Amino acid sequence: MSEKLLRVIVVVAMILLVELLCRVGVIPRMVMIAPSDMVVELGKILASGQFSADIRITFTNIAISTVLSILVGFVAGVIIYSLPSLRDAIEPLLASYYAVPTFVFYPIFITLFGVGSASIIAIAVLLAVVSMVTATLNGLDRIPRVLRKTGQIYRMSRIKTALLIELPAATPYLFTGVKLSVAYSFIGVIASEFILSGAGIGYAIAYAYNLFENGHMYALMLLVLIVVTVVNTLLNIVDRRLQMRRQR
Amino acid sequence: MPRSAGTLIVLLAIIGLWQGLHLLVGASSLASPVQTVSKLASLLATGEFWLNISETMRAFVAAFAISLFGGIALGIVLGVRKLAGNVAEPILTTLYSIPKVVLYPLVLLCFGLGISAKIAFGVMHGLIPITLFSMNAIRQMKPVYRRTSQVMRLTPSQNAFTVIMPAILPEIISCVRLGFSLTLLGVLIGEMFASQRGLGFLLTSAINIGQIDTIMAIALLLTVFAVTCNILMMRFDRRLTHR
Repeated sequence: MSEKLLRVIVVVAMILLVELLCRVGVIPRMVMIAPSDMVVELGKILASGQFSADIRITFTNIAISTVLSILVGFVAGVIIYSLPSLRDAIEPLLASYYAVPTFVFYPIFITLFGVGSASIIAIAVLLAVVSMVTATLNGLDRIPRVLRKTGQIYRMSRIKTALLIELPAATPYLFTGVKLSVAYSFIGVIASEFILSGAGIGYAIAYAYNLFENGHMYALMLLVLIVVTVVNTLLNIVDRRLQMRRQR
Repeated sequence: MPRSAGTLIVLLAIIGLWQGLHLLVGASSLASPVQTVSKLASLLATGEFWLNISETMRAFVAAFAISLFGGIALGIVLGVRKLAGNVAEPILTTLYSIPKVVLYPLVLLCFGLGISAKIAFGVMHGLIPITLFSMNAIRQMKPVYRRTSQVMRLTPSQNAFTVIMPAILPEIISCVRLGFSLTLLGVLIGEMFASQRGLGFLLTSAINIGQIDTIMAIALLLTVFAVTCNILMMRFDRRLTHR
């Protein structure tokens, strides 16, 4: 409990320090506005609805790419798992996959699909899908053999075994993949909007930066930070429950 | 070697798919593998291209060095001091999971438009995972090492260099791998958003003038570079753990 308290104190102290530095003028207003001003600005833009179209587009794209990468990653994972020779061939490639800076492919998607949601979703899925594939393989690998044998003794059909035994046993590992897919979709969508696009939160931040509209820029940054932190905290709570269930 | 033969077949299939897609959508949207390689060769023959490569590499090497030394030093401090580590860990994991691109304007406003902003952005990507990795490696170290160093009354720096560093060397190599790719990504995103030189800048300026073969040649170069470095580090890693 005292650790939690200490952590809150550390975070609050850091925010207060930034606030103080901004108010005194050590950090000029052109560089950064005070945290309390960011909250005020965020309230203003949310109330005026100025960026609600951008916010909606970004979160829709994040949702689409998360769902797509989870589904595609899971199906691809199951297929790769059931074909051991394919798996042997692909595994060295999967190990190097995240070494590649995926965003260098964004310009290629732009020439293929044009500037817009399609290329943004494509890059986010490209970034997120492999973590789901790896998590699926990992989950299927770790199903205890005794569970499958029990299924055989009960003479369960293949589909019943999959739904009643294999899926629940692999769920904690699959959830790790879901968590990573959400995080990568956030990064993929917002970063692509930021680099080149015509709408979305990332675009709005880049636009505000170019116009020196620091109020809007920091308000939107704060919005992203708050949403990501909340989503992560929720996913971590679910994750902890699932891990506890596994240990029992 | 049937294993690597399978990988080779998959790679050939990817190249075949690429060629097929090129024939499907036309040369103006997707350059063929042969075109890409020949474009890359002609780019590599020009001095200007090497200037951009060296600009990117300078930013990357500086950012990687700072992330690596800073991250390992921070990780050792947080790993040895239990309370500080417990307090810092959730804060660091939250910072790690936020999309750092949204903070790039802040970096630009602090460091100006130039190589220092790119380095700072690369460090933002690489520092935290390296810190977290080395911290967790120390926490999972055998307790007997810690007790032995206490019995021998080693000074903190002796403890760090003669006990902790050798004990967590394999983990350090894996976090070098992770930090390598994340720092590279950070530097490139920084260049793609705002800069006047570097490979990322070449990519975005090639989109604006519609040079698809240049885009693909640079993407190919970076992919080959990243994958080669990763494979070399994995080899090194395996040799260390089998010692």
